[in-house]
Parts: sequence; C-alpha cells; structure tokens
Amino acid sequence: MSRAPGERAQARAAWVFLAPALLLITTFFFLPVVTGLALSLTDFDLYSIGHPDNIRMVGTANYRALAQAPMFWSALKNTLYFAFVGAPLSVLAALAAALLVNSRLTKWKGFFRTAYFAPFVTTLVAVAIVWKYLYHPRFGLLDAALGAVGVHAIDWLGNPKWAMPAIIVVAVWRSFGYNMLIFIAGLQRIPHELREAAELDGAGLWARLRHVTLPQLTPTFVFVGVITAIGFFQLFAEPYVMTGGGPLNSTLSMVLYMYQEGFRWWRLGSAASIAFVLFALVLVVTILQLLWRREET
Amino acid sequence: MAVCIAPIAMIFTACNARAPTDGVVLDFWGMGREGEVAQQMMPEFEAEHPGVHVHVQQIPWTAAHEKLLTAYVGHVSPDVAQLGNTWVPEYVALGAIVPLDSLIKRTPSITANDYFEGIWATNVLGDTVFGIPWYVDTRLLFYRKDLLAQAGFPSPPTTWAQWIAALKAIKSRDEPGQYPIYIPTNEWPPPTILALESGSPVLKDGGRYGAFDDSAFKTAFHFYLSFFQNGLAPKLGINEVGNIYQEFERGTYAMWITGPWNIGEFRRRTPAGFQDKWATAPMPGPTGAASGVSLAGGSSLVIYKASRHPKEAWELIEYLSRPEQQLRFYHLTGDLPARIETWRDTSLADDPAAHAFEEQLHRVVPTPQVPEWELIATRIFDYGEQAIRGGVPADTALARLDTEVNNILERRRWLLDRPHRHEGR
Repeated sequence: MSRAPGERAQARAAWVFLAPALLLITTFFFLPVVTGLALSLTDFDLYSIGHPDNIRMVGTANYRALAQAPMFWSALKNTLYFAFVGAPLSVLAALAAALLVNSRLTKWKGFFRTAYFAPFVTTLVAVAIVWKYLYHPRFGLLDAALGAVGVHAIDWLGNPKWAMPAIIVVAVWRSFGYNMLIFIAGLQRIPHELREAAELDGAGLWARLRHVTLPQLTPTFVFVGVITAIGFFQLFAEPYVMTGGGPLNSTLSMVLYMYQEGFRWWRLGSAASIAFVLFALVLVVTILQLLWRREET
Repeated sequence: MAVCIAPIAMIFTACNARAPTDGVVLDFWGMGREGEVAQQMMPEFEAEHPGVHVHVQQIPWTAAHEKLLTAYVGHVSPDVAQLGNTWVPEYVALGAIVPLDSLIKRTPSITANDYFEGIWATNVLGDTVFGIPWYVDTRLLFYRKDLLAQAGFPSPPTTWAQWIAALKAIKSRDEPGQYPIYIPTNEWPPPTILALESGSPVLKDGGRYGAFDDSAFKTAFHFYLSFFQNGLAPKLGINEVGNIYQEFERGTYAMWITGPWNIGEFRRRTPAGFQDKWATAPMPGPTGAASGVSLAGGSSLVIYKASRHPKEAWELIEYLSRPEQQLRFYHLTGDLPARIETWRDTSLADDPAAHAFEEQLHRVVPTPQVPEWELIATRIFDYGEQAIRGGVPADTALARLDTEVNNILERRRWLLDRPHRHEGR
C-alpha cells in the first residue's frame, strides 16, 4: 500500500464501501421521513386516493387542529403516563433482576437469564392475547388469585382507572429482560478490585451498591434509559390488541391515535403531523436525559 | 397453477380455491359471523352456476373498514363485498364500487319495493343505487314487561312524555343502585336516534355543515342528557357494566336501547323462567308512534369497479337476495332479513320479539350520507360523554361539536364548491 496517493484512494474506497448502506438509508429512511414531513403539511385523505389534484398544501393546519383536538391531548397524556411510569419501572425491574442473576450466590444463572429474557423474544401480539385472558374478570387467573385472598374481581381492561396500569405491567414484564442483559454486561465490566477494596474498607451490601456498583453503571443507565424511553413512547401493540384504546380512551396512545387517524379514517396528512409531534417529543426527552446524565457524572 | 403438491395444498387452501383455471373465481369478502355463514351458502350457488367458484374471505368486523380501504389502495379489491351501509358513501366517493341501476332494471326479482324504504335509501346517492341490502339492523327498546306493569304501564310508551313518566314511575321503587333505563354513554346511536326523531337532519346544506347548534338537535340533546341528570340512567359506558344480561334479569335496569342481536343473546344468556318477562318495543317518538324513528343500519352487497367478472358478481348478489336464501341466512346468523317478503315466514311472523323490529324497520331513517359520517358519529358520543360525565354544559358541548364537525367537513365543502370536481359526492 503506497502512502502518497493513498489518502485519496482510501477515501474513495471508503465511499464505495459506504455507498450501499447510504443508498439504503437514504431510500428507506431519509426519503420517507422527508415525504412524511411534506405529507403532514397537506390535507391528504380519502378524497386524495387516486385523485392527486384533490391534495392541498395546508401549512400548519394539521398541527393547529391537533392542538384543538381533545383526543390528541388524551393520547399525549396517556403516552406520558405510560412512559414516565412504565420506563422507570422497567429499568428498575431490569436492574434488580440483573443484580440477582449476577450474584455469586445465585445458582442456574443461565436458566434465569433465559427465563427473564424469554418474554422479550416472544411475539407481542400472542403475549398480549394471553395477558388479556389473564386479566379477564370472570375467567382470568389474576382475579381468581385475588378472589382467593378475598379481593373483589377487578375488570382490569374494562375499567378506565385500571386499564393503563394493566398495560404497563405487560410492557414492563416484556421489556425488562432485554435491559437486564445490558445491565449484566455492565455489572461484569466493573473491576473486582473495586468491590473487594470496598469490602475491606467495611462497606456493607447497600453501601457497595450505592457507592461502587451504581456509579460504575452510569453509562449503562444512560443507554438503557434512552432506549427504554424511546421504546415506551412508541406504545402501540398492547392497547391495539388488548383494549383498542378504550375504555374512555384511557389507553389511547400517540401511535394508536396516529394509526386510527391514518388507517381507520385515512386522514394521512393529520396522521403524519401526529408522527412528527411524537418525534419532537422523543427528541426532547432524549436530549434532556443525556444532559441530565452528563451533569450527574 | 400447474402443480399443487398435496401437503402444500393442505396448508394453503387458497391453492385449492384457485385451482379451476378454466372457470371464473369470484372473490367475496364477508365480515365476522356473516363471512363464516356465507361460506356455507356458496355450494348451492356454485352448483347452479357451473364453472363459477366463489372464494369467501372472512374479515373480522373490527378490522373490516381498514382492510377494505387498504385493499382498494393496493389494487386487491374483491369482486363482491359486504359493506356496512353507512360506509357506502365513502366507497362511492373513492370511486371503488359500481352503480347497479342498469342491473336492477334487468332483474325482476330485485326491486326497491321489495325492501324497507329507509334501508334501501341508505344505498342510494343522488339518484343512483350502489348497493343491495343484505340484512338490516336498527335500535329500539328492550324492556322488562313485569317492572313496567308494576309501575302502572301495561303497554310500552309511544311518546317521549309517556316514556319519561314510565321511567319516573319505575324510579320511584327507589332501590339503591337500580336505574329504570340503561343508555351506554359511549355509543353514538342513542343521541343520534333522538335527534332524528325530533327532526334534525344532523348535517345541513347537503352535508356541508353540522346542524348540532340548531334547535331540533338541541332539543334532542337536552332530552338525552335529562336521562342522566335526573338519575334515570347510570353514567356508564358499555364496557363498564359487567354482565348486562344478568343486570337486566336482576332488575338493575328496566329498559335498554339496543339492537336485534340481543334477541338471541337474551334467549341464550338468561334462564327459561325469565323469557316471559322481557319484550321489545319500537322507539317512542316526541309526538307519538309515527315520530318514533330509528336508524337504518345493516349491511349491503356491492360490486367493485375493479371486478373482472361483474356479470357473475351480480348473479351472486341476486342469489343471496332471494327470499329463501334471506330466510336461511336469518336462521344461520339471526341477522334480520332485508326483504319484506321474508318476514311473512312463520319463524319471524310468530316471534313476538321480532314484531317490534318489523314495525320499527318501516320507520327508519338513514344517517347523513357523507363519507365522513363514521368519524362524525364518534364525535357525537364523545361530546355527549363530555356533557354527561365531564361536567361540560350542554350548549357548550354542542357548540364545540359543531365547530369540530365543521372543521372535518371543510374538506368536503371545498370539493363540492370547486368548479371542476372529482366525484366529490
């Protein structure tokens, strides 16, 4: 390999190698996103199918209409509720499971890791249908168990107060296994010396967790937090399969609302504007999270 | 398809279904239970029309609307489909389904007079017929005969005033947790029926604007809210009542506005000793029975423009519309037949619960025939619910409803008022 003309040749080679990926990303990611943004500025709907001359540029009218739609605000509220309660729960459950599975005292580590990870790789729709049976007020296992200890049956998915918590439980149960694996990787990266030193200094279990393990896990926390939050903001399949967004819109998420606008009413312009509001929301939350973590370290 | 290897053919039955390459394969889409039953009715049609094979595709009701639209956009529409009759205007606006007038003219066995007037009207846009009613659906009163009689009303009410008087008399039993009537707060039919009864067009100026702020709708809306404000109806949605049949039997509710499928449900889910205690009655009207109108619901059969076999498609519709097939369909599904003639059969004529439906079906009115109707209908109960449970004053809720519906219809106004327009019915 000669060095003098090498720089340029290498750069060219790099572009050649990058080209296929760039082409794919441009075609299947950037173009659709730009088209989506353009769509959100039009009134594309049922009347536009097959009649492109019926499409009008409406500027920000879709966004302004969203601001006035009560459905949009309940979808936003539900999504924030789900994300701010569900995501931390999922991260905590994952951390707890990782600590347990990673403990020196635990036997059959492989089995537990697999068992906790299994929900993540099962089909979401199938799992949601099984949970729907578990939650059934008359035939469900959950209410049967509650009945055995004298608690009245709750119609989990039919009651506006309980439907969202019920969905959160399903989502946490399904997602914590993946985060657990990442936490285990993070835990195994912590040098043994640190823990041993802390032990010699007389630090107890809690002090070691608080002052050694958690600070060492900070980068893992940032990653897990961001990924989980993004995933939780995109809540769709659980309410789509289990409640259809009801009762009283109490489980209507942003993505489900977008789906209904887009594919039930075929108001694609309006649906695209919801997508971009969601995009902005996720972006803001992610940036805030990164800033917050940076300050902490 | 040259080779159909046996085990694969067993997995993909579609392989079998499309096998006769020399004949005609008709794609028929039916929804839910109707789609299931349609399958059973096809062998007879196929025997009558050698060389024609009907491939029945069953779609769940909850996804039907999306599937039909997506199929049209993706150019994989069926030849014949079952369409909720309130959806007809939407598919006409799309240009997805064909006018049937010339076919009807050539077919003496299908005329408008064979069908309930209000039901037939749901398939007519302008002067053009786009669908043939398959079965019908409407809403009316299911009530407890014994409780109403105890309260001093041996026969069901026919006017709004009698209705309220009867409900108040039942209410005076004063049992805690019991209500004289159950009107689910999250259904659009009850407020819409009351509006149609008081003469509201719901939408005005050819479906350009909402008529929610006008006096007729206001009267109906206040009447609707009075059930809840006076404690005559509980403020509960349909999924907040555990087992409505059990509650009805216990006397928690003495009346309920619902549809024909509940005749079968009541017979199946309540004990034999209860069967003489419930009955059906047509909707009471503001000024008596004649004003007691209800919704012209149900499903129609339509032919898609993209169909390559319109002749066979029409033959299939003609077959399914025969009185004997209508009756068979009723026995298989419990869906009420669309043809008046079918109602003379003893299985319907001698069924007391069906009587009220027959009477009601002669007094049904189509909802506004605009493609946006389904969306508007969900808005109606949404704002109704806000007034019932959200503490929003009735007139404020109506003004907001009117504003939102006018926003939804802006698009339609623009299309209608444009000089060169594209099928903007």
